[in-house]
Amino acid sequence: MDPALIRELKSLLAPANVLSQKEDLLLYEFDGSVEKGRPEVVVFPHTTEDVSRIVKLAAKYQVPVVGRGAGTGLSGGALARGGGVMIVFARMNRILELDLENRRVVVQPGVVNLDITRAAEHAGLYFAPDPSSQKSCTIGGNVAENSGGPHTLAYGLTTNHVAALELVLPDGEIVRVGSRHGDAPGYDLCGLFVGSEGTLALVTEITVKLSRKAEAVKTLLAIFDAVRDASQTVVEITARGITPAACEMLDGWTLRAVEDYIHAGFPRDSAAVLLIEVEGLREAAESQAASIAEICNSNHAREVRTARDEHERDLLWKGRRNAFGALGRLAPSNYVLDGVIPRSKLPEALEQIHATGEKYGFQIGNIFHAGDGNLHPIVLYDPRDTEQFKRAIAAAQEIIRMCVSLGGALTGEHGVGMEKNELMPLLFSDSDFDLMQRIHDAFNPDSSLNPGKIFPLSKGCGEIRVRKSGQTAGARP
Amino acid sequence: MNSVANLPNRLEKLVGSDRVRASESALREFAISGRAPMAVLKPRSAEEVAEIVSFAAAEKLAVVPCGSCSKLELGMPPQRYDLAMDMTDLRQIEHYDPGDLTLSVDAGLPLNELAKALAAKNQFLPLAVPCGETSTVGGAIASGIDSTLRQQYGTPRDSLIGAEFVDGTGKQCKSGGRVVKNVTGYDLHKLLIGSLGTLAVITRLNFRTFPLPDLQGAHLAGFPTLEAALNFHASLLKSGLPLSNTELFDSDFSALLAGFLNKEGASVPESLANHGWQVFASFEGSAPVMERIHRELRERSVQAQAVRSETLSTRSCQQVSEALREAFQWLRRAAPSVALLRIVLPQFAPGDATELLHVAHQSPLRSAFVLHACNVAYLALLADSEDVSTNAVLEHGVAELFSRVEAKKGSTTVLHAPVWLKDRINVWGARRADFPMMQRVKQAFDPHHIFAPGRFVGGI
Repeated sequence: MDPALIRELKSLLAPANVLSQKEDLLLYEFDGSVEKGRPEVVVFPHTTEDVSRIVKLAAKYQVPVVGRGAGTGLSGGALARGGGVMIVFARMNRILELDLENRRVVVQPGVVNLDITRAAEHAGLYFAPDPSSQKSCTIGGNVAENSGGPHTLAYGLTTNHVAALELVLPDGEIVRVGSRHGDAPGYDLCGLFVGSEGTLALVTEITVKLSRKAEAVKTLLAIFDAVRDASQTVVEITARGITPAACEMLDGWTLRAVEDYIHAGFPRDSAAVLLIEVEGLREAAESQAASIAEICNSNHAREVRTARDEHERDLLWKGRRNAFGALGRLAPSNYVLDGVIPRSKLPEALEQIHATGEKYGFQIGNIFHAGDGNLHPIVLYDPRDTEQFKRAIAAAQEIIRMCVSLGGALTGEHGVGMEKNELMPLLFSDSDFDLMQRIHDAFNPDSSLNPGKIFPLSKGCGEIRVRKSGQTAGARP
Repeated sequence: MNSVANLPNRLEKLVGSDRVRASESALREFAISGRAPMAVLKPRSAEEVAEIVSFAAAEKLAVVPCGSCSKLELGMPPQRYDLAMDMTDLRQIEHYDPGDLTLSVDAGLPLNELAKALAAKNQFLPLAVPCGETSTVGGAIASGIDSTLRQQYGTPRDSLIGAEFVDGTGKQCKSGGRVVKNVTGYDLHKLLIGSLGTLAVITRLNFRTFPLPDLQGAHLAGFPTLEAALNFHASLLKSGLPLSNTELFDSDFSALLAGFLNKEGASVPESLANHGWQVFASFEGSAPVMERIHRELRERSVQAQAVRSETLSTRSCQQVSEALREAFQWLRRAAPSVALLRIVLPQFAPGDATELLHVAHQSPLRSAFVLHACNVAYLALLADSEDVSTNAVLEHGVAELFSRVEAKKGSTTVLHAPVWLKDRINVWGARRADFPMMQRVKQAFDPHHIFAPGRFVGGI
């Protein structure tokens, strides 16, 4: 990288907001995925104008730019695949306006997801998207990836809760899309930018919608002696038209690891548990909980427990939310997959995942959003063992292909990033790519923003190329 | 060679003579604000749509995709209009997995036919849009017209999970998928909602479906003042009660609603005959839920000093809900000359609504006002004559409303206006700051500018 760019960045932002030493940059070459990509310089803007100026400087020196929140992403979306400048939004972390009357909050992208709820909960309001990493992930990252979470089942992904965005385009122009109160005439640009994985623009301000907390919540834990009974229960709950607020499954192997770590009260000898939450009016929550218990019992649940109080509920959710951390104790690394299938295919999919695990010599755990068919198989592996890592990647790809063959999709909430861009042709044709490419080029014509993401590099998408001169230390063998 | 002169012949070669119509009556049927196309094409498949669009792109012919033609007047009249694409022969339910509550349906299928197929599995699509008897699925999405179930089920953006369409280069494309949770690739299908056919020809749409509710109910409360009605309306939205629709309307709207119900042979709730302001609330659920909501609405309306509180029968609830869904239809026909405005404000404070109504009431105009959830209001300016001076008052009223709403940081769209008025105003209002971004999207989808040119925001 041209030292002149680093000098100019330091003069723009003050030296404390610019990192360029190798040992500092190492921290930023990872996210939550198995991918790697090291930036050549990391900068911490404080304002939208800072971001605009950084982008203009990067354009002047013809180096790519990638935005990053907390780096908890699971598809390599916030990695500098093409080297260049990484803009970390950690210091743009202010809640700019809290409009409780109209249920809107205006935030900078570095605000942590859960902090939005914390700011609003005294008024009975909350921010609905709740990724497992919500204590650390940022809203800017959520917007880029269109993140989900357990309660997506009833309340939708991030895109359903964003009203307006302020963006910085690759030429440094600052633009606003959407409308604080919704319903401005015109194309749904917010719908396009949310989930575009930082490949069209950098998000510098977000207006989110708050939801009202339900009057009553009931949390059930259904315990099964066979995985198939648990998955069949989910199929029946869906087919009966019951939409719980959340419906999560943990298989026996996973829940034992969680129980050893969290002591959430998951029975260690069971084959699977369903953590199901219903909410709404008291009358509705009670009757839904009763219907769900009945469906669980008719599918041979060993026991259906209802959390008696907030403490018990929190404990069950703690077990779910910290499950990936619990698995971290079992192996040097784990690969959390993210595929989606039609919910009616759940039993079949779980059996195929088990078979894939046996074929490649892995015990694959499952802890996932069963209610919307969003699978999260987890492959434990040792990244130092190159051969084992290759097998983990092969097993993962086989599982994602299986999701597609069942009528599903490549990713339910983690994004495509650089994890699955080469798998995109499983779902999309050349015509689809042509149009997506034109949309990409309409906003990011030189691929200077987050290059090497979403689009397959191997399929003639030459414009989305990775800069050869940059550090492209992909971890893949 | 004059390509226009022998256009029907060339189109017949392309898709077959039985698929091309160029008779005067056919062209009139597809006219938009008095402007007729040169030919009407009726493709049988998405492949034929792609062939036609490729041809149109090569010949620089302007294409307007059409469903039942019930809402063709939305937007500005297209600047060029050569071919109408009649989509009503694409009408298969390609995929329906009731167990997964997902659906993939051709754009030309009428919504009411789809509703029957879903009802057989005790499910439905929560698109309660006007022209429900004829509207196609594709038209409902492309028009972006309001659904009266929005409060509970959201806008189409919340239930549309994928789409197939033909872009302006004649290529068949898709986005999204058939699963309820999906972040694979750009969400291009969201851009099609409300795009009025200016980006692509929609050929197929994927939705999540919902179980039909056990029971439905509704409540009407009458208030002597706008302020009391607005307070009650706002209190319902904050109550946490799961209401499927709440609407507040004035006595002129009540009278038109009663007239529509009468014409349909439906019973008219007594409250509608009263003067003053009405707040309608509908809801659904199990028997205990219904009982609870009924009770709370009665109590809350007493607290809010309603002069009348009426619980509607199940049948009346359905009839009134349907009539409210069709308000767009009967409001635009409520007088010889009507301007129907859709107004969104950050908040409808009593002063705001009073100010707008005052503008709409300029003699000799009458008006009708209804406020939906989400701060979306319809305000109809009704003129009983079309003489020059009345037209001038109507035009002035519309212009004044645009500027008053803009001053309140809201937005106005004209959903319906006489052709002469549409020639003199822009139904979308002033261009917004994000207009250049929309142009980029348009250019990417439709690089030859063949889809409904000029119909959309800012002349797109």
